[in-house]
Amino acid sequence: MKRRDFLKTSLGGTVTAAAALGGTVCSGTAQARPNLEPAPEAVGMLFDSTLCVGCKACVTKCKQVNEMPPVIEGDHIAWDSARDLSGDTLNVIKVYQNGDRSTKDVEIDGFCFEKRSCMHCVDPGCVSVCPTTSMQRNPITGIVTHHPDTCIGCRNCMVGCPYNVPQFQYNEVFGQINKCQMCNQKGVERIDNGQMTGCAEVCPTGATLFGPRKLLLQEAKQRMALKKGDTYNYPRGDISKPDNYYEKEVPDYKQHIWGEKEAGGTNVMHISAVSFDKLGMPPLGERSAPSVVEGVQHALYSYLALPAMALAGLTYTVKKNTSDHDDDDGGES
Amino acid sequence: MSEYQALGGRIFTKPFMVLSVIFAISLYFMFDRFVIGGMGAVSNLNGGFAWGIWVVYDVVIGTAFACGGYALAIAVYVFNKGQYHPLVRPAILASLLGYALGGFGAFFDMGRFWQFYEIFLPWNWNFNSVMLEVGLCVAIYILVLAMEFSPALLEKLGKKKLLKSLNKVLFLFIALGILLPSMHQSSLGSLLIAMGHKVNPLWQVMQMQPLLALMTAILMGFSIVLFEASTVTVGFKRNSETHILSGLGKIIVGLLIAFLVVRFGVLTFQGKLGLIFAGDFASFMFILETILFVIPLVILLSPERRAQGSKLLIAGVCMLLAGSLYRFDAFLLTFNPGPGYNYFPSVPEIMITLGVVAFELMAYIVIVKLLPVMHREEHA
Ligand code: SF4
Ligand code: SF4
Ligand code: SF4
Repeated sequence: MKRRDFLKTSLGGTVTAAAALGGTVCSGTAQARPNLEPAPEAVGMLFDSTLCVGCKACVTKCKQVNEMPPVIEGDHIAWDSARDLSGDTLNVIKVYQNGDRSTKDVEIDGFCFEKRSCMHCVDPGCVSVCPTTSMQRNPITGIVTHHPDTCIGCRNCMVGCPYNVPQFQYNEVFGQINKCQMCNQKGVERIDNGQMTGCAEVCPTGATLFGPRKLLLQEAKQRMALKKGDTYNYPRGDISKPDNYYEKEVPDYKQHIWGEKEAGGTNVMHISAVSFDKLGMPPLGERSAPSVVEGVQHALYSYLALPAMALAGLTYTVKKNTSDHDDDDGGES
Repeated sequence: MSEYQALGGRIFTKPFMVLSVIFAISLYFMFDRFVIGGMGAVSNLNGGFAWGIWVVYDVVIGTAFACGGYALAIAVYVFNKGQYHPLVRPAILASLLGYALGGFGAFFDMGRFWQFYEIFLPWNWNFNSVMLEVGLCVAIYILVLAMEFSPALLEKLGKKKLLKSLNKVLFLFIALGILLPSMHQSSLGSLLIAMGHKVNPLWQVMQMQPLLALMTAILMGFSIVLFEASTVTVGFKRNSETHILSGLGKIIVGLLIAFLVVRFGVLTFQGKLGLIFAGDFASFMFILETILFVIPLVILLSPERRAQGSKLLIAGVCMLLAGSLYRFDAFLLTFNPGPGYNYFPSVPEIMITLGVVAFELMAYIVIVKLLPVMHREEHA
């Protein structure tokens, strides 16, 4: 009889506890914060894949700005052979290829280029997960920077970034996390000094265009509205003060501005004539993961109210039950 | 006289020597990792798989294995089931060792280990971070476990007075010892939320992550007690404790049913049931996991089977495999950071993890032989 009671209590207890926890978490997330909004003076870049010729000038410039060594593969010492982001590479140009690769910017039998660097998320996962506040989003410009002086190297930012951007220097005993900081880290500060990003500055075609997010988004929308085959005057450099324009035939754009809405949006946006899943972009919805997880964390831990209540209850119960045992079995607990 | 006894006997037995060889090999690779080549020299960690077996096995799964002390504390001190009291002390020891080595694993995996203390400095804290909660909570819990275990040491040293005053406040540590694991074990699940699309949909249950993680932690806690108690009974040739253990079996049944109801309920609610039969790797792993969860349920549902030590052992082992697989699947096996990234642990990586486990077992063996940890046999 006693045992059956126990089964009942333990089952009942579990269900009640589960329901309580589930309830708290759900109600917490119901009032969870929405996605963050773009920073008031958010700056970013617009990468137009149809303009990129794959020259990798931006890769080289990025290495210069960040004082990082080129990746050498075999005898090819003339160019940087980095294939993906790493502790020593913050920016790469990847190639999409299909079939006989005869035509640029088509999905079948075609090819095109895609830039990989930090997207400077509006609601950045790397910032949300970092225990030591070593990833920071500038409240004015929205630029996401990394601060190794407090970083413990837990690499949660790497798994918490939807784009696998932060990279650890695995091959050093005293390595650090590296990521693109929009050329605005301490000692570089190109944006604060009124310059544009290194990669946008050297891009010969304007495929990487720098500027305020608002203007870039406007420009992207304008390009979406163009008719294939018409000509359009493409700006180069900084969209708020382009150093020159050039005319080019309008490609067959996919009607999708990557980074307008994905997981809360990004300050670095992409447009392309090849769909983004083919270019290796992740399957993201509009809700940012940080908005969900922060809802859960705050429901459970704000002001440590719940844990404090639980501790009070537990202390009382344990105290009561240990003194019971004392009576039973003589002073041992 | 204490109701506990040191088991005594030789320390340098054959199993002990084998374990120490494994540990010695791992020391070599640890040296490589910390002094010569860095993490890249010994591991296959990469840009997409930033967390490998050191995090997923040593910390995420290792601490679940170390939940025996936590689970028993709930039974004994919350539900007032005094009959399990004899199992508490060995379970606390196993938990202490498991968590201490989980903590060591975390340190080992820390890319910037030389500034680990930055996480303890309040002005650095990011209260949105699940990792912060896990890090601090686990660190405090290790201290709490040490306090909970200290009576064994004090008894051995004969510090009666200290022991008496400690016993007066021990209830506080016991209460903390129930609260803290509830916090960080559920947080281990919350870690998955931020990984978003990289976690397979069958495991990415978003808001429900902490609840499922907590339930598996408690389940694994009870199962490890079942497992340890039955192997210790065999290994150290002590009288069978099956009569106590079969009660634990009942608790596990209740928890298992609750877990399966919640898990399948969530998947139904999120419209993901179809994925179970998709026929891909993830669906295979999910079905395998579910089978491993159901086997102990079937075994433990029958009172006859519950009374047999060997059946209890099988149930415990299946449960532990199921719980470990649940976490392995979510964090590693079906984890998909995107095209171009693969991960399989390197030999040195595995050796280091094995070395850590070997050290844990060695410490357990030495301590139960030297300190009064095991309950005196009832008929003695
Ligand atoms: S892309 Fe990744 S690293 Fe860059 S801001 Fe977003 S989450 Fe952070
Ligand atoms: S690795 Fe460093 S920056 Fe990244 S989450 Fe951990 S502490 Fe933060
Ligand atoms: S903004 Fe600067 S750091 Fe970032 S990819 Fe461009 S050049 Fe590199």
